[in-house]
Amino acid sequence: MNPVYPARSKQVAARMLGGEMMIMSPTDTTLFNLNDVGSAIWNAADGRTSLDEIVARLCDEFDVTPEAARHDAETFVEELAAHGILHLSDQPAAPAEAGRQESK
Amino acid sequence: MTLTATHELAIDIGGMPILVRTDNAEFAALLEDRYGSFIHVPSSDRIFSLDIDLIPPRTILEDEDVSVRLESGRWIITRGDFRAEFDPGSGHGWIRQSANPYSIDGVLRILHSLFLAREGGFLVHAASAVRNGRAFLFAGVSGAGKTTLSRLAPPDTEVLTDEISYVRPSTEPRPLGSGYVAFGTPFAGELARIGANLRAPLVALYLLVQGPKNRIEPVEPAEAARAVLRNILFFAHDEELVGLVFQSVFDFVARVPVQRLVFTPDARVWELIV
Repeated sequence: MNPVYPARSKQVAARMLGGEMMIMSPTDTTLFNLNDVGSAIWNAADGRTSLDEIVARLCDEFDVTPEAARHDAETFVEELAAHGILHLSDQPAAPAEAGRQESK
Repeated sequence: MTLTATHELAIDIGGMPILVRTDNAEFAALLEDRYGSFIHVPSSDRIFSLDIDLIPPRTILEDEDVSVRLESGRWIITRGDFRAEFDPGSGHGWIRQSANPYSIDGVLRILHSLFLAREGGFLVHAASAVRNGRAFLFAGVSGAGKTTLSRLAPPDTEVLTDEISYVRPSTEPRPLGSGYVAFGTPFAGELARIGANLRAPLVALYLLVQGPKNRIEPVEPAEAARAVLRNILFFAHDEELVGLVFQSVFDFVARVPVQRLVFTPDARVWELIV
């Protein structure tokens, strides 16, 4: 299976409040509240880190099996990608592009 | 030959007057009646303006939703009962509608929501009132009790609106309270009465819930933000402005105390609002 590199959309409005990450799709104004695992995936989605690496980090940080972490991560990034909140690529972002993502 | 005189009315909501022009004297009188104390004498200050092009009434399909989009630098605003365009650069626009007060009311709400988006403010589904010089907001969807609470307001309280509240950061160098100001609006709900044309520093927002006993409960910040976002009026399909409004709501809940007001339809609820 080809690697997947999730990247946060530059258009997305996101704020951390009371320990909750809240993000809104600017295209359809859907509001998402991310739990700890979702926030970890969101923060790692810099366009240069593959989903495999993100899943490995989740297994280190949370009490979760690799299978469950992969399932959750894939479902999560696909749902957010459907709302234009994450972009999925089979190539890592170029450093300049990734830098712009991080500066958001 | 028929001579038509242009009638001009400045409808001043939130300190942002919009000069409305129509050739139809009856419609001008209808607007004067509709907007009451929100009508000001046109001044020489630069204000926004709207020309009204009245057309005969036509059948409206109820499911024709509002659409607000930016095309070539102009806002195109359409609903089943009107079409409007507004140029934010010149501050001028027009509305094509039949002679009714509801269409222009819709356009005014939309224009103010656009103006406010760049100022850190917003329109929100909330009743609001001024008591002892301080403003309070009561947010909730239809049926939550906005009109009921407004009807129960004691004599020392001025109702700013029972339906759509107008909020924006204060421009005062040393603002009182939260740093936000609430303005009265002519946008009425079931109360069917325009709000008091006043402004006052905003001190609290209450999320309305009807219950067996009057009480105030704490609300977590994330829940407060979600609740305010749910009640925001914003119509434009514009990613930049949607993002700005989102950020404005978070700035707002960081500065304005948000609590839940559980109330029973009884005037004693106002004893809690001080």
